This record gives sequence, structure tokens and C-alpha cells, in this order.
Amino acid sequence: MTRSEKAALFRKLASERILVKDGPYGSMIQSYKLDEDGFRAGRSFNMDQKGNNDLLNLTRPDVVSEICQAYVDAGADLLATNSFNANRISQADYGIQTMAKEIATAAARVIRGVVDAAMAKNPAKPLFVVGALGPTNKTLSISPDVNNPGYRAVSFEEMRDTYREQIDGLLDGGADFIAVETVFDSLNAKAALVACAEAGEARGEEIPVMCSFTLTDMAGRNLSGQTVEAFWNSVRHARPLTMGMNCSFGATELHPYVGDIQSRADTLICVYPNAGLPNDMGAYDEPPEMTGRLVGVWARNGWINVVGGCCGTTPAHIAAIAQSVAGVNPRQIPKLGARLRLAGMEAANF
Amino acid sequence: MTDASNPQQVATFVNVGERTNVTGSAAFKKLILAGDYAKAVDVARQQVEAGAQIIDVNMDEGLLDAEKAMTTFLKLIAAEPDISRVPVMIDSSKWSVIEAGLKCVAGKPIVNSISLKEGEEAFFHHAKLVRRYGAAVVVMAFDEKGQADTQKRKVEICERAYKLLTEKVGFPAEDIIFDPNIFAVATGIEEHDNYGVDFIEATKEIKRRCPHVHISGGVSNLSFSFRGNEPVRRAMHSVFLYHAIKAGMDMGIVNAGQLDVYDAIPAELRDACEDVILNRRKDSTERLLALAPKYKKTGDVPDAAELEWRTWPVIKRIEHALVKGIDQYVVEDTEEARLQAAKPIEVIEGPLMDGMNVVGDLFGAGKMFLPQVVKSARVMKKAVAHLIPYIEAEKTAESRSKGKIVMATVKGDVHDIGKNIVGVVLQCNNYEVVDLGVMVPVQDILKAANENKADIIGLSGLITPSLDEMVTVAEEMKRTGLKIPLLIGGATTSKTHTALRIAPRYDGPTVHVLDASRAVGVCSALLSDTQADGFNADVRAEYERIRVERAGGAKDNLVPLAEARANGLKIDWAKYDMPKPKFLGTRAFEDYPLAELVERIDWTPFFRAWELAGTYPAILDDATVGASARNLFDDAKRMLDRIVKEKWLVAKGVVGFWPCKRIGDDVAIYADEDRVDEVSRLYFLRQQIGKRADRPNMCLADFVSPDADYIGGFAVTAGHDIEAHLARFKAAHDDYSDILLKALADRLAEAFAERMHERVRKEFWGYAADEKLTNEEIVAEKYRGIRPAPGYPACPDHSQKPELFRLLDAQHKARMKLTESFAMLPTASVSGYYFAHPQASYFGVARIGKDQVAEFAHRRGVDVAQAEKWLRPNLGYES
Repeated sequence: MTRSEKAALFRKLASERILVKDGPYGSMIQSYKLDEDGFRAGRSFNMDQKGNNDLLNLTRPDVVSEICQAYVDAGADLLATNSFNANRISQADYGIQTMAKEIATAAARVIRGVVDAAMAKNPAKPLFVVGALGPTNKTLSISPDVNNPGYRAVSFEEMRDTYREQIDGLLDGGADFIAVETVFDSLNAKAALVACAEAGEARGEEIPVMCSFTLTDMAGRNLSGQTVEAFWNSVRHARPLTMGMNCSFGATELHPYVGDIQSRADTLICVYPNAGLPNDMGAYDEPPEMTGRLVGVWARNGWINVVGGCCGTTPAHIAAIAQSVAGVNPRQIPKLGARLRLAGMEAANF
Repeated sequence: MTDASNPQQVATFVNVGERTNVTGSAAFKKLILAGDYAKAVDVARQQVEAGAQIIDVNMDEGLLDAEKAMTTFLKLIAAEPDISRVPVMIDSSKWSVIEAGLKCVAGKPIVNSISLKEGEEAFFHHAKLVRRYGAAVVVMAFDEKGQADTQKRKVEICERAYKLLTEKVGFPAEDIIFDPNIFAVATGIEEHDNYGVDFIEATKEIKRRCPHVHISGGVSNLSFSFRGNEPVRRAMHSVFLYHAIKAGMDMGIVNAGQLDVYDAIPAELRDACEDVILNRRKDSTERLLALAPKYKKTGDVPDAAELEWRTWPVIKRIEHALVKGIDQYVVEDTEEARLQAAKPIEVIEGPLMDGMNVVGDLFGAGKMFLPQVVKSARVMKKAVAHLIPYIEAEKTAESRSKGKIVMATVKGDVHDIGKNIVGVVLQCNNYEVVDLGVMVPVQDILKAANENKADIIGLSGLITPSLDEMVTVAEEMKRTGLKIPLLIGGATTSKTHTALRIAPRYDGPTVHVLDASRAVGVCSALLSDTQADGFNADVRAEYERIRVERAGGAKDNLVPLAEARANGLKIDWAKYDMPKPKFLGTRAFEDYPLAELVERIDWTPFFRAWELAGTYPAILDDATVGASARNLFDDAKRMLDRIVKEKWLVAKGVVGFWPCKRIGDDVAIYADEDRVDEVSRLYFLRQQIGKRADRPNMCLADFVSPDADYIGGFAVTAGHDIEAHLARFKAAHDDYSDILLKALADRLAEAFAERMHERVRKEFWGYAADEKLTNEEIVAEKYRGIRPAPGYPACPDHSQKPELFRLLDAQHKARMKLTESFAMLPTASVSGYYFAHPQASYFGVARIGKDQVAEFAHRRGVDVAQAEKWLRPNLGYES
């Protein structure tokens, strides 16, 4: 099946029922309590690698596939790669920027393996692999130097090329779709979308892409200052397979923004919130049933098509989510009028 | 919710700001060439403030590295939220500059422009990239053969481009904007005569053949042959847009601050422009050319009959202008008087002061009213502004003013209409006024008083927390050893409060001034060598009497809180058919149509702001103030018309509804209908005045069911974007328009609150869907439900506004803010709660006892001193 056919299948399934996305890798990996040697698994590096979760795709694929399997068992339809920082800019922190593509390829290959095995066992349930792109640790819209607001730590070309390499790796490893997620800087996301289009052009196919915004404050804006609707206007040209939000806050805090964007975006809505807000220790303690209940409200409101979990959620949360949205009709995609939809930090529809 | 219900208005014409364009603005070009990007960024800000909905950025200049200038500028404005909130139009004739710009913009911009000039291949290439970067595009009517000038060519090229874009590139039609080329008319070349018609007719046809596209153009090209004659150019632009917009033009690159209202253009000029633009007669160019010089300066034709006074001697003319408040000729008259006088100061001391004395006498005799006085002051200010450079050049002038008064609206407060009126009246009476503006900290007031050797300090405030701030100022004045008189004024102040709380904290004379008409009398008495002592003694005696009376009566009839609570309003909830709001959570209104608010204006308070007593509309026929009220009303309506048509003000608002229930005197707000997860709590106060039988001790919480209910909230403003206009009036020394605009903005905000409440009753909460009330009945509040505001009698605690703002997210949804004293910004704003029960009514909490204050402090988790500070005006005991 080509990627376009996979996307068509995904859309068809999403019109029949609410689909479930998996949860995060970071907090699950923490539970393995790996030390420096645990991360290296016998390989040698110049710098410490503890905390480089993306590297595990190469050194400990067993850990990654175990987590993925737990999400498959919990009922997820959409399985993401463990590749949030599998890009040159982020890997430079660990001194292994030259391995970025290798890591990205491995990340997709691990998940592809788990997913293919699961589908062989149960061909009646199609599963999808989505290659995850994080925002990197640099921003194209904001100057890191308060005295020089025109300065940028990275150029558009650098960002685009970094993403292109990561996308190529993920596609080579077998990702069906690409997700531009946790978007705190909309221009970074646009560079990723350009890279995605270029990668598709080089391969002679259209790469289905998912866009996921993240709020950095309760005012409903991301770090670069855009509202959710402005972001949607800014990425709508890429005809995203899904639009939505992830991370940011818990489902309680995201609630009004989900209600808002679902009425404005004429594509599938995909939201994966955190397990509430972190406690004083930085840990999340919203129980799975609570997350399930909160997400269930969105489902019954007819607001969502795909739903999963971000920081602090576990396979138990995903199972609770799957249970609470089972049998609830998915959201109908609204038809938008033909208006010139522009955006600065705010949407401007004429 | 579907997209169609988006309350944001569908704009019929989009203003694209043209000033950040080096090819169109010499000033901007100079800044960019000099590398002064900070000032260049300010130009962009001014454009947005003046109403530009998109800003056009163009750096095509031979001496510039256009790519670098474009990217530098775009990155800089990205850091300015008040600019980058609107989309940009990346404007260049060079593709490399456009592509560099596209890489700097986080939002969805417009590319201006691409065309078929270099053939289809380049056109496809550019269109595909525009799409990839996620932009909309302006397509110029230009092909391999050249720029389209006739209607036929314009339509042909645009239709061809439309087909190529939508069918071959997959470009969405709604993201295409055609620029069918606006060319100069009235150039004297016959082939150019039909260019206006060609554009307008082509626009119609393109809209018909190419569904969903927009039509734009650079309007200033049109009037190129009238360079140097701005009034005629503006008239031509307005007339052209009037017809082009009717034909379907829906976007234009214009100077957002400079468009005339079509109907306001003198008929003779309008007709001549129309003849030229619509090519209606052979000699139209000659006729407009002949007419043009007449409008070059004033842009308006004076009516000969009204100009008889212009033949009078200059001294009489100045007096006439002052008394009538005509500012049109005052600068030239003042100049003429200056040339005749030995020294420029003599013009002020002679004809100008004589004229103002006439005004002052008429005002004092009740033959002239405040609006006219303020208009006269505007004339005076303009004349003085003209003279000041000459006076300073001679440096001989000794101030002969009657006294110097430093005035300020205190810290935390933003209201200044009353203070400005007092300032104007004092200036008319030859006092020198140093106006420190609004939100002035105590240190700045003292510093200004010292530096200016002030004779009097005047403080103003509208909200109750300002009362405490005035006490602070008084204490600081005492601490620093000042003895000069202190004047207290403003809607929330009173003689009682001044006597009880302010006067005892200060050693100098402290006087409450009821309104502007008293200000002159008080100041002249305080500064008079002969009257001051007697006046001060009288005031002290009166204030002492108030204190004694108050001390005797203060602890009278308050009942204990428990008793008051037992005597609360008992609503039979079993019989209540509780209506459910049509949505829960908030709904924002980004740009509420002002036209819809005009009919809801309650005019009576407007006249009161101008110290004209009476009820609208009867006041217009009042024997005493009728004439003055009618003139003011005419000016107000004229300005209101421009406010609406030219969008001087932007109204934004947000309303919200939440599940709640009553808990004691509190109302708890919940996350959802389960009413378990409490997300907020509102704390209300209960009347404690002893009541006669059958009269309950009211508390707002009584209107809410203890089992399950809903409560609403709102915050609305009509004050956004007012600053640019106030700055304009300030620059023109025009206090009259300044005060008029502020007063109208206040009225619009109140009207907005009224209109929103109406929609809440009919649509959003929907419990009175069939309500049919006349405007008079609405103004008289003959409807079900109330909307009390925090800080007002039923819930006098201002400190609960932040929580209301948080619930509504008013800061982002309506761009409204609170000062440290909980005053709302913009100033013209209203906020409050909605209660729907039929028995809900307004009341005043009035004085409360120590038991309630202590309990209230406990409920809110603050100490008693803090609660007393918040509730100071309501304390029924000495603290």
C-alpha cells in the first residue's frame, strides 16, 4: 500500500470510529532506570549519552519495542516513533549529530517491526506508523538575545535541512505518516512542512503529515505567540491528515481550545494531552480513569477523531482512553466557506 | 459550532497599510537607508494602530540590499506582538526577495506579486513555491505582452492566470488576489481617460468569471497627476474606492489613516472627481484641474454667508472666534495680531484674554455651558501654541497667571474626562495647569509640585480604590512638609469621604470640588490674599461638622451578620424552571460592529459628563441648556458617525457561562455539570442595615440556587485603538474632540454591555427569547435578570475583578487589562456578572459590620486589614 492509500484508509477508519494514538516514550523509558552503560549498551561515544532517549532506537531496540507493544496491547491504532529529538540540531547536545539520520531510520524500523508483527497476528485491525518530529531546541521566530530582537540562532535553511534528513530517515525506516508535533514555534513547523514536501517530491509521492500545536500558556498561544486558529491558517496549505494539540497541559486545561479548533479545522482532529498538570515533584499523577473520563467528554461532544496521550500517560491511560471513546461517534469534519484565511499571530479571515 | 457562526465580521474591504513601503513612503525609505530600524518598526505599529488589517512591506530600492532589508525588518516586527498580530504582505518585484521574506514569517502572509510577465514556466515555479511556503498571492494583470490597461486585457489575463493556478497548480481560488492595475487618470493624455472605468468594469467581470478571488490595487497611483494637492488626491481616492468597492474590489493598499468619507466630500469636488474617474465628460480633467487650487489648503469650501465676521478688525475676530469656538482661522488671526503688537505676549494678555474673559463671564452667568467653553479653550490653545515660540524667543515674558495647578488622576486609575474638563475650565480662567495625566504615582505628583512651584494640587479618580490612593498622597504631602491646598474631585469622591479620611491626614487646606463649574471659585478663593483665610475656616468648620455627625451616627442600625443572613431573600427553588445557557465556557467577540451599538446608547449620562443637567431627549428642548445640548449632540452624532464609518474604535468583548451553586454567601463555579470540580469562587457581601419587616437583607448569592444553577460573566470594551485619535487631537490642541471621543467611547462601552446583555437574554442564555422591548424600556432595565459589576453597589469589592477576568480570559479574548487598583484598560470598558432569576434585582450593600468583614477575610484567605482595605468605602465602623 502506498502512503496515500494508507492515508485514505486512515481517513475511512476515522470516519467510522474514534481512533486511538499511543502514549509517550520519555516517561516510559524512565521507568527502566537505565544508567550511562544502559544507554550505551556496549557502544562507545565521546560524550555522556544518559538521557538521550532517541539513541535507544539503536542501542536498546528491545526497550523501545517493548513499550510500543504495550501501547498496541492497550488498543492504540496509531503508533509513533521514539524520535522526538532524532535530528541533527538536538543530537548536537550529545555530540552525535552525524548519527541523526541513522537514529531516525532505526526509530521507524523498530516500530514498523512491532506493528507488522501485530498486523500479521490480527489482520482485521490496521495499525499505522507515524514518524514523530519534535520542535528541536532552537527557534526560528524568537531571538535568544534580548538586546538584539532581529537575531536568530538558526536559519530557515538549516532547520529545513535538519528536518529533511530526519524525515528521510523515518521514511526509509518505514513510517507511514510524518507528525510535526509539539509545535512551539510555528516557523519551525513551516520549515518541517517544506522539508516534508521536498522529501515527497524526491520520492514521487505525497507524504501524509499530521500537525500538532502546543500551548505554552493558558492564554492559548504557543511560544512564538500564535493562537491555535492562526497556526491552523498557517499550516492548512499542507493539507494535514490531522490537526490538533499535544502536550501543553492536561485535558482539563486543553478543553476550551479543543472545542475551538475542532470547529475551525476542516480535517481530522487529533489531540493527545498530558496526564493533568505535574505535581510539585514534576511527576504526573492523574489516574488513567480520570484521563479517560475527560477525553470521553470530548468524544461525546463530537470534537475528536484521534486521541492519545502525552507526558505522564502510560499504556494504562491509553487503555482507559480507548475504552471511554469506544462506540462513540467520531467528529464530522466541518465544511468551511471559501475565505481568504491569513494569519499573523492571530487569524485574519477575509 | 460551525465556521459560519464565527462572530468575527466578514470584512467587505480590507485595508492594507502602505507606509512600510520604500517605494511609496519617502519617510520610510529614509529610515531604512539610514539603518534606523527602530523607527521603521514604529511606522509599522502606527499603521496597525491606524487600522491597517495587513501591512505591506516593500524594500525595492536601488541603494538597498533588498533581501537583507526585507528579512531584517520582518524578523524585527515578529518580536512586536502588537504589529505581528496582523498578517504581512511581502511586496517585491524580485522573486529572491519574496522567497527570503517567506522564510521569516510564522503566519500566513500574502506574496505581492507574481505574474505571467516572464511566461508560464516562471509563473508555475513561483506559484508552486508560494503554495509550499503557505502564502496567499497577488497576481498582477501582466503577461508576456505587457501590463494590461484595457478592461478586455485585464479580464483576459486574470482569467487565464486563474485557470492555470486552480487547474494546473491546485492553488485554492480564495487564496488568489488579482491586481488589475490602477493607473493614473487626468494626466492630459486622452488614452488614460478611461483607466478608472477599465479597472472598475474589469473588477466586476473578473469577480464574475473567477469565483472566490479577491481584487486589490494600489490606490495612490490613480491621482498621480495631482501630486502636492492632498485634499484632491484624497477625494479622488475616496470616490474611486466608492465605485470600485461596489464593483467588487475588496482589498486595497491605502494609507489607512487618510481616507475621506464619500458623503463628506463637498459635492462640487466629488462630482468633478466622479466625472474624471468614470470618464463622464470630455472636459472632466480640465474642470477638476480648475477646481483643484481652491481645495489645496483647506479642503473645504466656506459658506459665504457665514463669513461676514471675517471682515471685522482682528481684535473683534479673535473675540468672535473664542466665544463661538471657531478654530479654523485662529492661527492666521493670531499671526496678524502678533504683527500689530509690540510684543507677542501682548496678544495673549490683550485680545486673547479679553475674549476668554467674555467666555468666562458668560459661563459664570450660566449663559454658556461646558461644551462651548471647552470648544473656546481649543481656540485659545491653538493661538497660544502659535505664539509660544515667539514669546520664548524674546524671553521677557513673566507669567501673569493667577496660579499654577498640578493635576493628576491617581495611581491605578485611568479615568480622566472630568479632570480634563476641570483643567480646561481653569485654563480658560487664566490658571496655569500642569496635567500629569493618568495613573500617576505619588512621587511623581510631589516631584511635579515642587519643580513647578505649584500653588495647588488637584487629584482625580473614578473608582473606589482611588480613594485610598488619595489618602496616601495626602499623607505623603504632609510628610514632605507641603502646605499648599489639595483639591479632591472625581465621581467616587465625596465631601464626606474628604472630610473623614483625607482632610485629617494633611495639614494644608483640603477641599472637595463637586464639579468643574465650582473649580474656578474654589481656586480663586484659596489663592486670594483676602478671602483665603475665611474660606479655609468655613471648609474646616463644615468638615468638622460632618465628622461629628458621622461619629454619632456610624454605629447605629447594623444587625449582626447571622441575623442579616437569616433575613436573606428566600427564593422558592422548587418552583424555579432553571434555564440552561446555550453554551458553557466563553465566547469572544473580536470586532463587534459598532453600528449595532449606536442605537443602544443611553444619552443622559453623556450630557451629565458635560455637566448639562437633564434627561435625554427632553434636555434637547430644555429652556436653559437646550441650545447647548443640541449643539453638543450634533457634534457628538457627527463624531459618532465617523467613529463607526472609519472604525476609529474597536469593540471587543467576551461572555461566559458556568455551572455553579450557592454556598452560603459565596457562589462556587464548577468545571462541568457534575458540580464536583470547583474551579472558582465568587464572594459576595450582604446588607447589614436593619430592615423593616418583609424587607430582606440582600446578597447577590441569594439569586443562585444552592442545588444547581448557572452564572454568567462578561467583559466588554469599546476603547481599543482610541490612542491614535487622542494623539491626533492632542497634537491639534483639541481638548474638545479629545473629551468628546472619550465620552463617546464610554457610552459605546455601556451600550455594548447593554446589547450583550440583551443577546444573553435572547440567545446565549436564552431565557427570554421572546423579549420585545423598546430601546427606552431596555435603557430603563425593564427586563429579567441583572448584570452587576464588581466595584459597584451590589458587589462593591473591586478586588474580585481579576478572578472574573481570569474566568473570561478577558486579557486575551478582549485584550483588556486591570491596573493595580483594578481599573480596566482600555478605559471605556464594562465588566460584570449575569444573574438570570426573575427576582434578581439591583441593590446597594452599603455599610457592613466588623463581623462580616472578619468572616469575609476568612473566606477569601486574607487578613482582616487587607479585607478592610478592599472594603473601605463600605465599612460601618472605624478601623
